[in-house]
Amino acid sequence: MANKPRVKLPKSAKAGEIVQIKTLASHDMETGNRKDKKGNKIPRLILNKFSCSFKGEELFGAIMHPSVSANPYIAFSITAKESGTYDFTWTDDNGEVTKVSQDMSVS
Amino acid sequence: MSNTNSQLVRMDRRTALKAAGAGFVALGFASAAHATPEAAAEALAKLSGGAAAATSDKITISLPEIAENGATVPVGITVDSPMTAASFVKQIHVFAEGNPSPETITFNLTPTGTADVNTRIRLSKTQNVLVAAVMNDGSVLTNKKEVKVTIGGCGG
Repeated sequence: MANKPRVKLPKSAKAGEIVQIKTLASHDMETGNRKDKKGNKIPRLILNKFSCSFKGEELFGAIMHPSVSANPYIAFSITAKESGTYDFTWTDDNGEVTKVSQDMSVS
Repeated sequence: MSNTNSQLVRMDRRTALKAAGAGFVALGFASAAHATPEAAAEALAKLSGGAAAATSDKITISLPEIAENGATVPVGITVDSPMTAASFVKQIHVFAEGNPSPETITFNLTPTGTADVNTRIRLSKTQNVLVAAVMNDGSVLTNKKEVKVTIGGCGG
């Protein structure tokens, strides 16, 4: 992936608070349906998996198909329980994994 | 005379076969290029194990009524659920009836936060967007919303 995906997660939260997480990955999400100027099919290349995990446990995940827009945006929410690092990963069709980690302190 | 006749018949059959072949090819192409509401319904039925899923207003879909650009259509889905270990939404599936393939995105949820997700999808034409929520007890709820698309967003 050319640019690092962006993740918006509050730096701190109260225990039990519902926190919204917004993610934006930059990717063409080539569907495989498009043709180039010569009429050749452009092969499919999309991010097909997204995952948000905390201490090795998946909290939220998504399976993406070609009908997801370019630069996939995914927003969801979690309940803040304890301080720590949240790991976000995106996997593309070639198996390449992009990882972003962010800390949140819970009081 | 009979010879000419049989030739005529043969010709006819050949033409007929050709026409049928062409028709078949055209049909095949059409189904490959665009999914149908049936394909989306089939995918839905697979989720609920063949049983008819109940349409529920527990699912709120926020979609624009008219999407000017089908390449990025914002969609928000909220499922009314306590999201506790005893009762939570396990999966949210989104299907676009008229896209080349109906499956759009599947969210896997765990009992945390709220069952509220937002994303952006591609829609190739004016169509219904189907949402199915699979609960932790295996029951399936569905809802749908129509979006009018001005410019399609699937390329080609």
